Amino acid sequence: MSKPPTAPKVSSLNDLLAAAWLIESDAVDRYNLLADQMETHNNPELVKVFRDLARAEGIHGEEIRRLAGDFDVVGYARQTARIENIGLPAEVEIDSAHYLMTPWHALQMSLAGEKRALAYFTHIAETATDPKVKAMAMELMEEEVEHVNLVNRLLHRYPQPDDSWADDPDPPASPE
Amino acid sequence: MSSVTTRLACKPGDYKSDLKPIWCPGCGDYHVLMSFTRAFAKLGLPPEQITVVSGIGCSSRIPAYTSCYGFHGVHGRSLALAAGLKVTRPDLTVVVASGDGDGYSIGGNHFLHACRRNIDMTYVVMDNRIYGMTKGQPSPTTEPEFDTALTPGGTGVAPFHPLVVALASGANFIARCFSGQPNETADVLVEAIKHPGFSFVEILSPCVTFRPDEQDWKEQVRPAPVAATNDQGKAARRLMTDDGFNLGILYRGNRAPFQPAIGVSSIDLSELEKDFEL
Repeated sequence: MSKPPTAPKVSSLNDLLAAAWLIESDAVDRYNLLADQMETHNNPELVKVFRDLARAEGIHGEEIRRLAGDFDVVGYARQTARIENIGLPAEVEIDSAHYLMTPWHALQMSLAGEKRALAYFTHIAETATDPKVKAMAMELMEEEVEHVNLVNRLLHRYPQPDDSWADDPDPPASPE
Repeated sequence: MSSVTTRLACKPGDYKSDLKPIWCPGCGDYHVLMSFTRAFAKLGLPPEQITVVSGIGCSSRIPAYTSCYGFHGVHGRSLALAAGLKVTRPDLTVVVASGDGDGYSIGGNHFLHACRRNIDMTYVVMDNRIYGMTKGQPSPTTEPEFDTALTPGGTGVAPFHPLVVALASGANFIARCFSGQPNETADVLVEAIKHPGFSFVEILSPCVTFRPDEQDWKEQVRPAPVAATNDQGKAARRLMTDDGFNLGILYRGNRAPFQPAIGVSSIDLSELEKDFEL
């Protein structure tokens, strides 16, 4: 049995920045993948939501690069991901996508990912012994709090749909 | 695995083509594609040194979504195509993609003999226990009680056990993964590709459209409680108590791969043809 994946280990500031960048980069890929799926299945409202989420995560990734200064965080993160079996705490669950899903569902997926990222950075901030790692984890934690708040604000704009959201008069499967 | 040419490191995205997958949203095959690209990036193989060969079915669309060389073949014949390619181009890394219908039904016989021949390639079967592309007919791995309009009262037929068949037929590497765990799957694929000989990786990949019940798989799968073995007997005993949801590498054999010598035959074909002249 191969070793199960673990959240990125953080023993230095560079590790923490790499983990943060990997989380954002993975989210960009996953949101773009979901946007592509919705484009294929003609759900334009969701295409826009997922592209916007991907763009937002890309901006967060750039912010990590800015925080890293001269350190090549992207190269280091890719090298880490190549050699270690890493499971990212904020992975968007693309297997819960549905062709008739609504922006509310998309934002729920996003909220779950942001909350996992927040829990991850909070744990590091609470347990790190290196003051630099602790300070950066606090900063990233505050960023994630902002992201959670942002998604919650967006959810006010897109209320939960009623139970008929997945009704399709011409469904792909006719089970009876 | 074939020899690796060192060059600039590739990212997973470098192995994706511009073509957008047309699988249903939520389909497990999206994650399998992600696992492929991550595995290739981890191996550092240039896309042009990899060939992804497939048959027919939802899962068999995967070569088109990669930037590697690809061959979308005919139904059930992916292993035959891949075997021909590998023996003539042993320098290539050959990955074969299939589904449970394509790979275990019409392609079932090729599966047995590919295991037996032990040519150095990796066979990935995305198992959703249904023919999804043709709207939900039962496949060789469908449960006997699968009760639909197409199978009233269930199929009544015990399902095929791919890992048992692979082990009994001589596969040199056997593993099971779950599509919803793309990182672990990528790591197993890396091991499978690196392992000499015929590697078989079954990936449980839910069909959200015709088998929505399979979304529960994420709760049912678990890492196998034992490490991989190189002992066929031990592996067989483990499979006797396997419920289909143990994940990880089951077996790593040490049989030498079959690779016929190419271009070194001293046989003169014209001499052979003389016997058949009219």
